[in-house]
Amino acid sequence: MSNTKLSPGIVSSRLSKEEYSNNFSDAYPGFTDYEAKVEADRCYFCYDAPCISACPTEINIPLFIRQISTEMEEEAAKTIFDQNILGGMCARVCPTETLCEEACVREAAEGKPVKIGRLQRYATDSIMSQNIHPYIRNDNNGKKIAVIGSGPAGLACSHRLSMLGYDVEIFESKSKAGGLNEYGIATYKSVDNFAAKEVDWLLKIGGIKINHNKTLGVDFSIDELRKSYDAIFIGCGLQDTNKISIDSDTDQSIEDAVDFIADLRQINDFSSLPIGRNVVVIGGGMTAIDAAVQSQLLGAEKVTIIYRRNLENMSASKKEQNNATSKGVKIITNAIPTSINKQNGVHKLSLSYTEVEKQSGKLKELDQKFSIEADQIFCAIGQKFNNLLDVFKSNKGKIMIDESCKTSVENVWAGGDCVDQGEDLTVTAVAQGRDAAEAIHKSIISK
Amino acid sequence: MNLQSEFLGIKSPNPFWLASAPPTDKEYNVRRAFEAGWGGVVWKTLGLDPNIVNVNGPRYGAVWGPDRRLLGMNNIELITDRPLQINLDEIKVVKKDYPDRAVVVSLMVPCEEECWKSILPKVEETEADGLELNFGCPHGMSERGMGSAVGQVPDYIEMVTRWVKSNTRMPVIVKLTPNITDIRYPARAAFKGGADAVSLINTVASIVSVNLDTFSPEPSINGKGTHGGYCGPAVKPIALNLVSQIARDPETQNKDISGIGGVTTWRDAAEFLALGAGNVQVCTAAMTYGFGIISELTSGLSNWMKKKEINSISEIVGKAIPNVTEWQYLNLNHVTKAQIDQDLCIKCGRCYAVCEDTSHQAITKTINGERGFEVIDEECVACNMCINVCPVENCITMRDLEPGEIDKRTGQTVSDKYANWTTHPNNPSSIKAAE
Repeated sequence: MSNTKLSPGIVSSRLSKEEYSNNFSDAYPGFTDYEAKVEADRCYFCYDAPCISACPTEINIPLFIRQISTEMEEEAAKTIFDQNILGGMCARVCPTETLCEEACVREAAEGKPVKIGRLQRYATDSIMSQNIHPYIRNDNNGKKIAVIGSGPAGLACSHRLSMLGYDVEIFESKSKAGGLNEYGIATYKSVDNFAAKEVDWLLKIGGIKINHNKTLGVDFSIDELRKSYDAIFIGCGLQDTNKISIDSDTDQSIEDAVDFIADLRQINDFSSLPIGRNVVVIGGGMTAIDAAVQSQLLGAEKVTIIYRRNLENMSASKKEQNNATSKGVKIITNAIPTSINKQNGVHKLSLSYTEVEKQSGKLKELDQKFSIEADQIFCAIGQKFNNLLDVFKSNKGKIMIDESCKTSVENVWAGGDCVDQGEDLTVTAVAQGRDAAEAIHKSIISK
Repeated sequence: MNLQSEFLGIKSPNPFWLASAPPTDKEYNVRRAFEAGWGGVVWKTLGLDPNIVNVNGPRYGAVWGPDRRLLGMNNIELITDRPLQINLDEIKVVKKDYPDRAVVVSLMVPCEEECWKSILPKVEETEADGLELNFGCPHGMSERGMGSAVGQVPDYIEMVTRWVKSNTRMPVIVKLTPNITDIRYPARAAFKGGADAVSLINTVASIVSVNLDTFSPEPSINGKGTHGGYCGPAVKPIALNLVSQIARDPETQNKDISGIGGVTTWRDAAEFLALGAGNVQVCTAAMTYGFGIISELTSGLSNWMKKKEINSISEIVGKAIPNVTEWQYLNLNHVTKAQIDQDLCIKCGRCYAVCEDTSHQAITKTINGERGFEVIDEECVACNMCINVCPVENCITMRDLEPGEIDKRTGQTVSDKYANWTTHPNNPSSIKAAE
């Protein structure tokens, strides 16, 4: 530990080895057998359970919980994977507090929903830790499908297609598979290289080949693929981020929070990653929270999230907000950054307070201003789609799909963050990938 | 509140005795029980020398709730496995040191009068307060013609009880087995033989579980198991019924009963008393939580008595008996309907699932097109299952229909007149008015 939390500027090694390893260990470790059984008993096995419809992949939650309570966690896992082959990661990263657990009747009854996410992790871990893959692929039907992107949507689609007997070839622009599971999730939510292990486990189905470092529009085109494959699924995600421009009389640049999170996932030695003493994160979503929390965990002294609207408008859930503040992150709402300058060797970020105009609903910058120290600034104000739009009909800057995840282009389906339907969540991507696979199958067998 | 209890003239500071079982096996345990505040003990069953032996593997099996709450337990332990004289000596010193507590001695010897004649004077010599004849134990000893092997044959009960009564001055309680078809016969036999009281229930013959790896019943001794005696909260309903039957039987009503079977809280005790027990005996609850629960039992019972303005234990005894009747006398003109409090409803739909799948299709799953659950009066037979499965207390309740209201299910006007099966037109043997 050559530096401390108080070392000025952007430096590495602010913490001791033990602190780093504690800070980036599993934030929500799995249940023990006993904990799982007690928690499983809390489920009422509701009729037409609201938690099922609140899950984008519609996992039969009461059934898998009942299977846990009868000590059949492998069967419980199967119930989950039947609907969501990435149930392991979803158990770790789903905002359950706004999905299944929000719908749980015990949330209405006592404000303490059944801990569905953690039970799901218990079940899925039981089978994945033994490296058992519970599915067998149908006989090869001689058809070939191209899948662009190996994120949650692409993987879910590939797995389902392989099960149905298709040969799948994935085109992945990065050197590792997994998409945002590998590059975009806070480190403490996916420890022990879980994302990569999950991909390996999923590929055990067979029939799926991944071509790495192949970027759409650079190494191949949709038209080329259409010639050699029976169908195409696009799950390429969002490659670009929204930028912010702030007047600056210094050399300080505004960094991309997405890159910061990805870097953190790929390094082995946390002490090697420099972090500011005073970190500011601009944005109100999960990326902002993950960047802020992890800055704090890397040893920043003060971390501040700046969000232009109020807390209720933040897309990060209340639970995630609380997680951030419990780690020491300060959330300043109704403020926008205006300029950066350097005073006595310290970078200062100037901000204006904002207010929503009652009449128009528009955000208005107020005269009241303030400034905070900001050695390092991360921008986390959303991701966006960067190409392809001329080929496809688009909506809200994303690929437009119908209810079967089909695009406007013949034989091309799409899902995940790159499409106009559903929230940008892992679980939504899985649902769309799975449903697209079924739709592709239906389309091919009907020909 | 004074919980002073008197049972067969045996006084104890409260009506909570520890039943004849492992907690009362020896002086050390009994002293701890009395220090904790227990009103009395029935010393674990004595037999003739040479003392019996127990298995050297597990003696107990269990049924747990998911949070490891012990719901039921069974055992294959036999009567005391210590020499007779050691027990007698210990009983004597304990009774001397705790003169205000009840000390009753449980006995089980072969069905020969000489055996009883030989042991009774020795027990009298301890100056214990009374005897309990163990005709209930369903495992092990019953294979040797004792315990429930006696309790299942009313003639033997009467015979042995008579031998005992004619050879001792001590009050005699006969402990009955529930493993019979009609409890009234053994109870009548006991009193015919001169018993001063009966106590019940002893444990229920049972196999608590089978190990699905070894296919051995639990508890398993070297891969084999045998049936044991089931006890604990799970058996309370069985015990309450049997106690009430003896309290209501014209041949045994007003006889003394010591209530046993799953008494875990003060509430359970009050229920036994209300159904005619003069006191209660406790075992599993003590074996689950230790002797400290006596403080909850006594304070709970006295607090409830205070609230109900009941001044003595004897006022509770049998208070519910007038309300226990046969099915044929239940009022068929009493009509109720389930109603769901929409403010309390958490919309789990358990009531719907149970009513739709297994009952009378009397609950809707939507209200104005939204998820919601409401009773259909036209279909509701008031079976109560919706209440049984509802996780929210008092969310579903039964409303009594007022006389004059229409029962929407039958279209009939609710009558204020009492009418039961004995006079119902569908009853082939109904009592018809003289023509």
